[in-house]
Amino acid sequence: MNTLAASATSVGEAVQFWVLGTVAVAGAFGTILMRRAVHSALCLAGTMIVLAVFYLANGAYFLGVVQIIVYTGAIMMLFLFVVMLVGVTAADSLKETLKGQRWLAAACGLGFGVLLIAGIGNASLNTFTGLGAANSAHGGNVEGLAQLIFTKYVFAFEITGALLITAAVGAMVLTHRERTERAKTQRELSELRVREGKHLPPLPAPGVYARHNAVDIPGLLPDGTLSELTVSKTLRARGQIRDVSSEALNDLAALEQRSEERLGRETGSHEPHARDESKDPHDSHDSHDEEAAK
Amino acid sequence: MTNSENLIALLVAAPLLGAVVLLCGGRRLDRSGHWIGTLFAAASFVVGAVLFVDMLGKGADERAMHQSLYDWIPVEGFQADVAFQLDQLSMTFVLLITGVGSLIHVYSIGYMEHDERRRRFFGYLNLFLAAMLLLVLADNYLLLYVGWEGVGLASYLLIGFWQHKPSAATAAKKAFLVNRVGDMGLSIAIMLMFTTFGTFTFGPVLEATGETSEGTLTAIGLLLLLAACGKSAQVPLQSWLGDAMEGPTPVSALIHAATMVTAGVYLITRSGAIFNAAPDAQLAVAVVGAVTLIFGAIVGCAKDDIKKALAGSTMSQIGYMILAAGLGPIGYAFAIMHLVTHGFFKAGLFLGAGSVMHGMNDEVDMRKYGGLRKYMPITFVTFGLGYLAIIGFPGLSGFFSKDKIIEAAFAKGGTEGWILGCTALLGAAITAYYMTRVMLLTFFGEKRWQPAPDPDKAPSVEPGIEVHPGEMPHPHESPKSMTIPMVVLAFGSVFAGGLFSLNDSFVNWLKPVTEFEHGHPPISATVITSATVVALVIGLGIAYVQYGRRPVPTLAPRGSLLTRAARRDLLQDDFNHVVLVRGGEHLTRSLVYVDHTLVDGVVNGTAASFGGLSGRLRKLQNGYARTYAVSMFGGTAVLIAATLLMRAV
Amino acid sequence: MNPVNYLYLAALLFTIGAAGVLIRRNAIVVFMCIELMLNACNLTFVAFSRMHGNLDGQIIAFFTMVVAAAEVVVGLAIIVLLFRSRHSASVDDASLMKL
Repeated sequence: MNTLAASATSVGEAVQFWVLGTVAVAGAFGTILMRRAVHSALCLAGTMIVLAVFYLANGAYFLGVVQIIVYTGAIMMLFLFVVMLVGVTAADSLKETLKGQRWLAAACGLGFGVLLIAGIGNASLNTFTGLGAANSAHGGNVEGLAQLIFTKYVFAFEITGALLITAAVGAMVLTHRERTERAKTQRELSELRVREGKHLPPLPAPGVYARHNAVDIPGLLPDGTLSELTVSKTLRARGQIRDVSSEALNDLAALEQRSEERLGRETGSHEPHARDESKDPHDSHDSHDEEAAK
Repeated sequence: MTNSENLIALLVAAPLLGAVVLLCGGRRLDRSGHWIGTLFAAASFVVGAVLFVDMLGKGADERAMHQSLYDWIPVEGFQADVAFQLDQLSMTFVLLITGVGSLIHVYSIGYMEHDERRRRFFGYLNLFLAAMLLLVLADNYLLLYVGWEGVGLASYLLIGFWQHKPSAATAAKKAFLVNRVGDMGLSIAIMLMFTTFGTFTFGPVLEATGETSEGTLTAIGLLLLLAACGKSAQVPLQSWLGDAMEGPTPVSALIHAATMVTAGVYLITRSGAIFNAAPDAQLAVAVVGAVTLIFGAIVGCAKDDIKKALAGSTMSQIGYMILAAGLGPIGYAFAIMHLVTHGFFKAGLFLGAGSVMHGMNDEVDMRKYGGLRKYMPITFVTFGLGYLAIIGFPGLSGFFSKDKIIEAAFAKGGTEGWILGCTALLGAAITAYYMTRVMLLTFFGEKRWQPAPDPDKAPSVEPGIEVHPGEMPHPHESPKSMTIPMVVLAFGSVFAGGLFSLNDSFVNWLKPVTEFEHGHPPISATVITSATVVALVIGLGIAYVQYGRRPVPTLAPRGSLLTRAARRDLLQDDFNHVVLVRGGEHLTRSLVYVDHTLVDGVVNGTAASFGGLSGRLRKLQNGYARTYAVSMFGGTAVLIAATLLMRAV
Repeated sequence: MNPVNYLYLAALLFTIGAAGVLIRRNAIVVFMCIELMLNACNLTFVAFSRMHGNLDGQIIAFFTMVVAAAEVVVGLAIIVLLFRSRHSASVDDASLMKL
């Protein structure tokens, strides 16, 4: 019975393992090293697809398909959904803030990995049985699994169903926000605005006077300062407003320079002083005030 | 018989009532207080005399009387009664205390005449009498302890009677503190007795000594000796007596010469059975007595303050008594006999000294007396008789009692006997020397009177006596209330010893209480007596040569090293200061240091290490989920490693 | 090649996932790393299933997937809540037991 005690797989599988295994490890590293969550999610999805292929290679046809549909298809999309919700452009800083955390993580990880690999290497796993017999016993892998799920593991299966329902309900309960008061109508809102006496007209659109019209770029006021009012509240909350004030000012300065050169005028002594300031909008605001004063 | 037994409590009750009346009576008794006090003291003496007569009428073995007042502490296995025991020994003390006490009350009427706090003084005197009588009448050690503390309290109050003088207040405190050391010995001895015998009562305790181990008895004996040393001013607890002379002179006479300081002798004699069964402790008693008798005598030689010279003499004479008490059955009776005769002549001497001071504007420096015999004839005669008695002039009281002690010391036998005997003989010579010196300086020679000192500079002036700075003293005889007691005591000084020695009457009287054996000295009694007389003559002669034939300088010469040391009480205070005070300070400091560094170090170190540890541990609990994840992960790794290791092993 | 190599690969992925949990601050990425670890476990189960010729391992892997799905649902809901209240998805920001 060769199937009971094979000691090596086919060469094709070996080639597949080494190639795809490399991809899987690369994906795993990508997951933990990418600065943007969306990239991590994509890397993870890649690894999962590779794993699905490995499941298929190992004779777990059902699981391989489920891995692609459920994991890569559903769970990872859920992840992406949340990533989008939280802000897709937000890049994490990879700078470690907890003292020694990275060293500890590295040490633990290394030690753990070495231990696992040592443990596996220590075990005598030279031969393997293969799933041929088990898969064919009930006419195929799916039938075999069904046979087990609905007989031996039927209670666990039912309980898992209950768990899923509970999780779904739990997620809804967690994210649901009860409205405690009636939503204001448009009329009421406009009346409120009049009563408060500010921003009677609609809020200004983004990018006005700023040579851009993207939604995340605030408009510049006539004196060159930013107007955060022009950017959507959500972007403001995420801190995703792009800072263009210094850019704009630099452009303006360059324009003035050029026109002055063209007109042959003497450049003002204030020029370099205003340029080399930090890019902080507040600072540029100050320097602008100075210019205005002069 | 029952009637007389019921009288015993009256002995204590009378002066106690007097004290309560006087101390609680307030100022309305100021004018009559001294009479009330004297009356109660005299009443106690009358009761004592009645009981004495009653006792004489009985057979020698039936004389002991007993009166139980009530159960004081009736606890299972711990029975302490307020009960009195009046036997021959107690009787002797009762008569001495109430007799001399009454006389001194009378004397104080005159002496304290000008003191505005006289009522209080008499209250304290009555309190002292009550406590002292309680001490000698108690039938158990616990009640004795009450009296013991009571006399300590009265002594404290009376030494510090002129509390406005810092020296008096300090002296009172010193006396109290030093006594406390001795009291500690007594209290521990009583505790030891209770654990050993299960009772405090004299009878059972003293009977049980035969069945008790000698070690325990030695311990009890040494503790009792410590108590006696404290109360009787014996080396090493002698330092308070000299300073106690800061009290009024009648107090010095009554408490610090005649009665209280002899409480130690009473204690040792009363506990004779314990000492008889513990020879080591007994020898220690004798040694302490011998050392003190020389110590006190040397101090007495060097003092120019008449009261302090007498205080040194007291210390020395009590040394004789303690020495005798330490000789065992051959000495107890003589110790008590000397105690009684000493009570007479020393009280007389102190009263004489008080009389002299009274006439000399409270001058206490003998170098500023001189030639007083013409001005104070009664004082001179009574003081002179007391003087002859104390030096042991043949035929007077001191001769009989002291000679017996010296004989008994020789009779101790062996080397000890010779050493103790010779010490006692030497003491006799020195006694003769210093008492002759006192006598010569005070009553003979030329007048060396000085104008009264400025009271601001010399704060020792007793209040109430009008002293004008710069005025020369006008010595005069004291009033009758003062001279009569002196005369009575002088009679006692002269005749008591002879009376007691007649047919060994005193020894026979005490025999049923204190065991008695006739000592057999290695040399015949006649030789010893002759040696005593020779010693007396030698001491007297030297003193005469030094002080009788040459003029006495008003200011004390520098003197030899020994003299200077003796003037400083043989460096007793320096010794205490260096050894006890400094030692205590250093001990305390080192303990404080140890406490601060070691104990606090351990405690603080523990706290700090726990603090530091928790500070570090706290960092683990920083709230960051990732830190917790690291520990979880690390823990898992360790678990896996352990599993693998276990499997590998 | 011996299927035991799958085990080595799974161990490697698991360790990488664990390290990611320790290193990353973004709760979503942390969650992804946990998924990676779960997947590594699943690979182990599948590999063992093949080595032992026994389908039980695949059943366990299947249950793992179901439980992981449930966990992701609840976990992501929590992350959304967290983000809503703190305007941040960083696990380090949630270091206090109060807002």
